[in-house]
Amino acid sequence: MKREIPMIITMVAGLFMLIAFFVPHPAVRHLYEGFQIWVIVVVGCTYVLGVANLLRINWRQVARREQDWPYKIVLIAGLLVTMAVGFSEGTHYTDVTSGFQWIYQTFYSPMSSTMFALLAFFIASAAFRAFRIRSVEAMLLAIAAFILMLGRVPLGNAIHPAIPAAADWLMEIPQNAAKRGILIGAALGVMATGIRLILGLEKTYGGDGS
Amino acid sequence: MSVLSALRSLDRRWIFLGVALLVIAPLVFGFHIAPVLPSHRSKGYYDAIERVPEGSTVLFAGDYDPGTSAENYPMALATARHLMRRNLKIVALELYPAGPPLMDQVFRIAGAEYNKRANVDYVNLGYKVGNEIVMSSMGTSIPATFPVDNNGVPVTQIPVMKGIQNFQQIKLIVSVSAGYPGTKEWVQQVVSRFHVPMVAGVTAVSAPEYYPYLQAGQLQGLLGGMAGAAEYEVLLHKPALATRGMDAQSLAHVFIAFMIILGNLAFLPQRKKERS
Repeated sequence: MKREIPMIITMVAGLFMLIAFFVPHPAVRHLYEGFQIWVIVVVGCTYVLGVANLLRINWRQVARREQDWPYKIVLIAGLLVTMAVGFSEGTHYTDVTSGFQWIYQTFYSPMSSTMFALLAFFIASAAFRAFRIRSVEAMLLAIAAFILMLGRVPLGNAIHPAIPAAADWLMEIPQNAAKRGILIGAALGVMATGIRLILGLEKTYGGDGS
Repeated sequence: MSVLSALRSLDRRWIFLGVALLVIAPLVFGFHIAPVLPSHRSKGYYDAIERVPEGSTVLFAGDYDPGTSAENYPMALATARHLMRRNLKIVALELYPAGPPLMDQVFRIAGAEYNKRANVDYVNLGYKVGNEIVMSSMGTSIPATFPVDNNGVPVTQIPVMKGIQNFQQIKLIVSVSAGYPGTKEWVQQVVSRFHVPMVAGVTAVSAPEYYPYLQAGQLQGLLGGMAGAAEYEVLLHKPALATRGMDAQSLAHVFIAFMIILGNLAFLPQRKKERS
């Protein structure tokens, strides 16, 4: 029953949502709307589970003095302090002068931006060390990268107007064709997985995928 | 030791220093390298907003967080300015948990410039968990999906939400997106089902994902990264954050292109040796 009940729920819910999409009857629409709100509520509850799980795992690592355990203390402290400040301010946590916003602007925002900014340094280093032209395919890739690097910034146009035009051609013709192929393949895969889930053939979500 | 062998053993911290100097110098000294020319994708974005009748309601999805704010924030700010300049009503929401403060900031700045008031001319409904389900649910009822705004005010008490039930009252969707959930999901869940016109501003690295939707007409315009945001600022005749950042980005791009060439030159003798 541990396997059958989730499978039956998935099958019924999947079939209902599929059919409801095409049936405009008020009774069906009402239930369809209710299901959508339920999903939002259920997904919201998973956030609580996520926080509990994060605390449990990291606390255990700190207790056992596992590798990098001091960082886990920072993580736990950051989480608890942010939550405490946010909850203590109630609905005013969105105010510009609130403590929650101060934490967001002073810690979260700059640290998060820094992670993304590091990409520029690593891309430059990788371009020097890893972008080797060892075959015709690699050469084509390098030429495309070179054109796009210059064609996507105003300096490319200042060097020669043909550079941005070539970059546009690369993006809109060969790149787009490949991207369409990937999208169509992925969409077919999603449909097949959906049908397998509804029919009960896909069991990995129930922990039976080994 | 030859020049090429010295290059092969180059400490990567020199490369990091080169990038840092090339990015910081234009921002500090403010010198200008080349003019920004708008592409047809940015013009499409601008024109789609221009076509919306004055007084109509636009849905503004700010699906990004501080991680990509260098690219998404300038385009979100320029878009808010454009929408307010055109006297369009804005209903904003975010599907990224850390998104609401950034959008609040955008509306505070643009609202002060164009004398627009929160809840009267624009509203930020805030973050809602659920990704695609939120989009789909909004197609049935926006007030049921977002009963209160970001500050906890019931949407029934918010003047700008008066008469807004679902996507039928929305004349345009603007998606400023960092990835998932974002532009692709808005196209798949809303544009294809409810046929609402849409434009998108996305990070440069994800922009190629959206070219098929642009070519198919499901997106009417697209801003790709800081370059797209700078092109949009030029169209608005209001150079701002992105335009200032373009010279830094230009130099960084040239440096990376140069690094590809230099890296291959440095390892050329080694490859010849391997072949022989």
